[in-house]
Amino acid sequence: MEMMSGAAMVVRALKDVGITHVFGYPGGAVLDIYDALFAQDDVKHILVRHEQAAAHMADGYARSTGKTGTVLVTSGPGATNTLTGIATAYMDSIPMVVLSGQVPSVHIGEDAFQETDMVGCSRPIVKHSFLVKRAVDIPKAIAKAYYIANTGRPGPVVVDLPKDIVNILEEHPYEFPTSVKMRSYNPTTKGHGKQIKKAVAALSKAERPVLYVGGGAIAADAHEEVTQLAELMNTPVTCTLMGLGAFSGTHEQFIGMLGMHGTLEANKSMHNSDCIVALGARFDDRVTNNVEKFCPHAQIIHVDIDPASIAKTVPVHIPVVGSVKNVAQEMLKLLGDIDQSDQKEKLDAWWQQIQQWRERQCLSYEKSEELIKPQEVIESIYKHTQGEAYISSDVGQHQMFAALYYPYAKPRQWINSGGLGTMGFGLPAAMGVQFAHPESTSVVVTGDGSIQMNIQELSTCLQYNLPIKVISLNNRALGMVRQWQDMIYKGRHSHSYMDSMPDFVKLAEAYGHVGIRVSKPEELDDAMAECFAMKDRLVFMDIEVDQNEHVYPMQIKYGAMDDMRLNKTERT
Amino acid sequence: MKRIISVLMENEPGALSRIVALFSQRNYNVDSLCVAPTHDPSLSRLTITSHGDDKVIEQITKQVNKLIDVLKVADLTDASHIERELMLIKVATPTEKARAEVVRNVDIFRGKIVDVQVNNYTIEMTGTSDKLEAFAQTLANCADVIESSRTGICGLARGDRALRP
Repeated sequence: MEMMSGAAMVVRALKDVGITHVFGYPGGAVLDIYDALFAQDDVKHILVRHEQAAAHMADGYARSTGKTGTVLVTSGPGATNTLTGIATAYMDSIPMVVLSGQVPSVHIGEDAFQETDMVGCSRPIVKHSFLVKRAVDIPKAIAKAYYIANTGRPGPVVVDLPKDIVNILEEHPYEFPTSVKMRSYNPTTKGHGKQIKKAVAALSKAERPVLYVGGGAIAADAHEEVTQLAELMNTPVTCTLMGLGAFSGTHEQFIGMLGMHGTLEANKSMHNSDCIVALGARFDDRVTNNVEKFCPHAQIIHVDIDPASIAKTVPVHIPVVGSVKNVAQEMLKLLGDIDQSDQKEKLDAWWQQIQQWRERQCLSYEKSEELIKPQEVIESIYKHTQGEAYISSDVGQHQMFAALYYPYAKPRQWINSGGLGTMGFGLPAAMGVQFAHPESTSVVVTGDGSIQMNIQELSTCLQYNLPIKVISLNNRALGMVRQWQDMIYKGRHSHSYMDSMPDFVKLAEAYGHVGIRVSKPEELDDAMAECFAMKDRLVFMDIEVDQNEHVYPMQIKYGAMDDMRLNKTERT
Repeated sequence: MKRIISVLMENEPGALSRIVALFSQRNYNVDSLCVAPTHDPSLSRLTITSHGDDKVIEQITKQVNKLIDVLKVADLTDASHIERELMLIKVATPTEKARAEVVRNVDIFRGKIVDVQVNNYTIEMTGTSDKLEAFAQTLANCADVIESSRTGICGLARGDRALRP
């Protein structure tokens, strides 16, 4: 058996798992591991400027590939700085492994320098965690961590490594497990046959069906099955914020995103449906609005890999525990045996009704000659990237505009913090995307508030020549907060603006990048063309947009799904 | 409604804290909790008493089951089961009359006096929670209770049903 130090084992185990990128930041407790990284080329380490960004980069890497993202940080502040990133990944079920240094075993519990109980701190926001106590256990712990992170419902796993067990001066036998088996963890992926039969029967009978597709369909790589199912049964499809791209945004059966800022046709269809097929979605509060009034006519079929997601917020008639891919395949088999050619005629009245809702054009907005509208910026990005870029987003109004005005044709193309809503996520996520897809265009849509929450990573972008396109919708305000203050707090803008904005163009230049400011609508198209023509440079577009624009449609609190404001004056 | 949830889990460091943390994190109630390794020392058996409506209890069992260290979860209150709790209770016995009264009640409740001092007795009592409460109340009527400690409910299903790895 090969002999090596604990530090070398960490790096070797990463290689044996197949890890090529590690996002991290060195410090006292992990210096041995960094020394082992130095001695090899298999695992590429990316040095960030703040550990939170390392977690978001690993997250963006994971979301855009389906592979597990990896983070390496030191003990204490290094570890705690990743917590927001871990929570972000946890809420959106993103596979991630965080390797954190820990003080030497003998000092654990002594309040030693840079000591925190990382396993304890991260406990409510991880799928699982390990405190490794012996060097010989390192390969098994790492193998298990990756297995847990990326099977079943994916999620983040923390591996805490005390400094003494990774000591480069002590060698131990290295043995990487050929397979991982755990008697306490066997996620179900195959759906129950009887439940699937019930689901198929309900869907076949439905006169007003809707497929409600969430992030679980992307995690399961089930976009093809979802599309086949929708086309075979002629059903309208709506996607959650996390599910965008699981069904093409350009498909004629796509009725838009649903929920708080969903389209009129999506929310109306849900509310009036007689059969909702939820595929890897979790009926969260930003979708359902008031659960008491949620979809009163519908029989609900819920397909989810996590049994705890089923019937958590709304009662479900036909639960199916399993991966969306497997269950959709089984449904297709059963449905494919029957002639479905009458589905077109059967759902004709339903589609006519949906067409009426569509004609309301709920996403239309008024352009102005003086002020750039945020919506037109997103449409311009779509035009200049031919709809093919990876779009990462921060959190706020710009996030909703980017979700609504850029139709995502492919899964994993839309990267955003849906569950936790983490401002500062966008730039590092777009960097993770760019590392995973060096030949593709990686765009971050952000705002003047969000970008300042991780702007230091512009320095990392220079170090690794990441030609990201940063599109900042600058409205000199925290737009979504301001919108709520306009709507609910009588326009009292309590702390939703910043008096001292930096000059973002100069800031971009100071970091060694290109900055472009756009303030007039007629300049937008040319500036965007210029931006995307610079293939090898990071371009920071500081776009001055209308401060008073709101995101619409918007559900009315305590109402049903389809109780919505359509603009500043009209409601449903 | 009171529910007894029984959990079979890996006897690993941190496993118990994950369960306890889950209850506070998700705002579930814990009325009592009883845990120890089983006849197989690699496993721990944990009994949680909680209360809540069916929806909450269903979520509790699902969320506990989701923890990586947990092998099996069962709601014992769903079917016929045995539940027991142990209490140690110390009472002041300064007079002959108090001693006689305590001994009489211990006999009636089929308990055991496990420690005898000049001024106090310590009694061991097992049974259902209701029985322990009735006994504690009875003792309080005839003597001064100094302190008491209870294990919380531990339980098993009756018959062939069992939690096995």
